[in-house]
Amino acid sequence: MSTRPRATDGIDLSTTLDGLTLRTPVLAASGTFGAGREAAQFVDLHRIGGIIVKSMTLRPWRGRPTPRMYETPSGMLNAIGIQNKGVDHFIAEDLPWLLRKKATVVASIAGNTVQEFIKIADKLRTGGRGLAAVEINISCPNLEDRDNMFSHSPTATAEVVSGVKRALPKLPVFAKLSPNVTSLTDIAGAALEAGADGLSLINTVFGMAIDVEARRPALAATTGGLSGPAIRPIAVRAVHEVHRAFPHAPIIGQGGITDAHGAIEMLLAGASAVAVGTANFFNPRATIEIAAGIEDYMRRHGVGSVADLVGALKEG
Amino acid sequence: MIVSSGEVLSHRRYGEHYHGITVVAPEIGERVRPGQFVNVLCGRGRAHILRRPFSVHRVHRRGGWAPTIEIVFDVRGPGTAYLAGLRGHESLDMLGPAGRGFALPQRRAHCLLVGGGIGAAPLFFLADELRAAGHRVDFVLGARSADLLLNPIDVRRLASVYRITTEDGSQGTTGRVTDVLEEVIDHCGTEVVYACGPHPMLEAVAAVCGARRLPVQVAVEELMACGWGVCLSCVMPVRTGRGRDAEVSLLRSCTEGPVFNGARVVWDGDAGALPPEQSELAPAGSARRHGGYGGADDEHAPPGN
Ligand SMILES: Cc1cc2nc3c(=O)[nH]c(=O)nc-3n(C[C@H](O)[C@H](O)[C@H](O)COP(=O)(O)OP(=O)(O)OC[C@H]3O[C@@H](n4cnc5c(N)ncnc54)[C@H](O)[C@@H]3O)c2cc1C
Ligand SMILES: Cc1cc2nc3c(=O)[nH]c(=O)nc-3n(C[C@H](O)[C@H](O)[C@H](O)COP(=O)(O)O)c2cc1C
Ligand code: FES
Repeated sequence: MSTRPRATDGIDLSTTLDGLTLRTPVLAASGTFGAGREAAQFVDLHRIGGIIVKSMTLRPWRGRPTPRMYETPSGMLNAIGIQNKGVDHFIAEDLPWLLRKKATVVASIAGNTVQEFIKIADKLRTGGRGLAAVEINISCPNLEDRDNMFSHSPTATAEVVSGVKRALPKLPVFAKLSPNVTSLTDIAGAALEAGADGLSLINTVFGMAIDVEARRPALAATTGGLSGPAIRPIAVRAVHEVHRAFPHAPIIGQGGITDAHGAIEMLLAGASAVAVGTANFFNPRATIEIAAGIEDYMRRHGVGSVADLVGALKEG
Repeated sequence: MIVSSGEVLSHRRYGEHYHGITVVAPEIGERVRPGQFVNVLCGRGRAHILRRPFSVHRVHRRGGWAPTIEIVFDVRGPGTAYLAGLRGHESLDMLGPAGRGFALPQRRAHCLLVGGGIGAAPLFFLADELRAAGHRVDFVLGARSADLLLNPIDVRRLASVYRITTEDGSQGTTGRVTDVLEEVIDHCGTEVVYACGPHPMLEAVAAVCGARRLPVQVAVEELMACGWGVCLSCVMPVRTGRGRDAEVSLLRSCTEGPVFNGARVVWDGDAGALPPEQSELAPAGSARRHGGYGGADDEHAPPGN
């Protein structure tokens, strides 16, 4: 199986999302690839379209108690709670290491207040040289609004996005939206108007499972985020809906992609790139294998560039 | 760690409950150390997508197919049901060897291996290696009832002194492994303890060893989504550092474990052991209530991610 984009047969796997050009349209999703160190045992990091690192916060977070995960039909629930070592650790340790490996690095940032997001962005402006882009994880409780998720309010979404964009005017900024909202296009519109260069769709879907023998929630945090193939149709629908509303906004499609078929669905629905999450857990080479599968598909269909697939859905 | 597809050489039963599968896996077999495990893909179906972790029970480094590795298990759910249906010549996709295994003593020592139920699985490989390195091996093997004892026949072969306990008294001493532990330690002149089994058992073993200042290594079982260090589902609170640097770190069982120094694991997720800003967020006992471990409770962290 070929795993390398070959220029010779005229197939170009690279993709461009405004200011961000990726070697292949397949990235690793935040929280499923660490900061690449462990994955380097299985794949050459520079061959992956990009690595969206685990979300970082201003100070280290310890996350939620265990049990933090539970397998569900065709998916899993997680309530990790963004355990991470903080932005300073990322700047001092992870970023230089990733850049030495010639990886394309996307920083994912998270926080509980608008100010926290902005302070992280400030630190990345000075310490984040070499970053390809930033993804804002707004699926976080907003302490200033009764713990409502930023991602559930167009106003809070806009405040975070414009604050981060002001701090990082030169870097492509993607807002990662939650599907757990009434109107995704309202939130997407707010993020774009506030200056987001693109959108990541979707984060995990709220869910819950119960251990019926013990009559307890399966997760210590009671509820968690559902990921994996179970959510793929939700993600494809979300990408399609947002792409139709904002055809010029670059989208990183994610949610349940385990193979080239799922990735191509996302591209046809309107994503310019995809991120693979849960599939890395059982197949650490998924990002590379899926890119190879997309290449095969392009060859079979006589498609020369990824851009020709983006939003190329035949409708009506 | 590598992804390796191995051919099933044999499938055998250990008593009524346990299955053993031996796989031809040269790359893993050559590198694996006692206490390490493999993440097994249980079929290619779409319903159960995650790999399941299994300790390496035995490594056979001689013979035509060598090296082969053996895993043992009981049927608990869909993954183990799939494995129970595997027969010779079918293939098994494994990711391993994963995790940090047991440290062997630097000089000749009297080693006591303590295993409960299927948790005893990795202790057989450990016993083989300890004996090969010239250490003395003693064994306490326990289970709820005689039929749940894992391979007591081999325990007899491997150990200088062995004790069997069952909670219902159907074999050996009636009670739990910890009921006979001190007596066995005294009798054998134990210098280091290795334990593997349910967490309450490990906690009790660690307490006995702690009181006697005996080094104790425990292999824990936490729920694992990835088994290779990236998802952070499997963390255990473990005391790390000393003096000013002392803290409770959340270590990944899959990469920084599954073997930990039993004296350093915070079994009850005691909030008092956390740095001050964290203890506010971790009401004492909150994690216990959920049957899990504390040491982590950012209440403003999102429920997902
Ligand atoms: C390091 C390690 C070594 C292990 N070694 C062995 C062994 O040698 N023999 C053996 O029989 N079992 C062992 N287990 C437990 C074994 O992984 C579970 O029995 C198995 O995953 C159950 O899968 P299932 O689909 O049959 O059951 P289900 O309970 O339906 O499993 C559903 C999900 O929960 C996870 N899971 C369930 N129980 C456990 C558990 N105790 N620990 C971790 N994940 C779990 C599974 O991986 C899966 O993702 C070990 C676990 C760990 C962490
Ligand atoms: C264990 C786990 C941890 C995650 N951590 C993060 C995170 O820190 N930040 C984030 O933006 N998304 C996080 N996600 C969400 C993924 O990046 C991804 O958007 C989501 O899981 C959907 O894709 P998938 O179905 O391919 O996994 C996490 C997902 C999982 C399963
Ligand atoms: S199981 Fe994923 S980090 Fe340990």
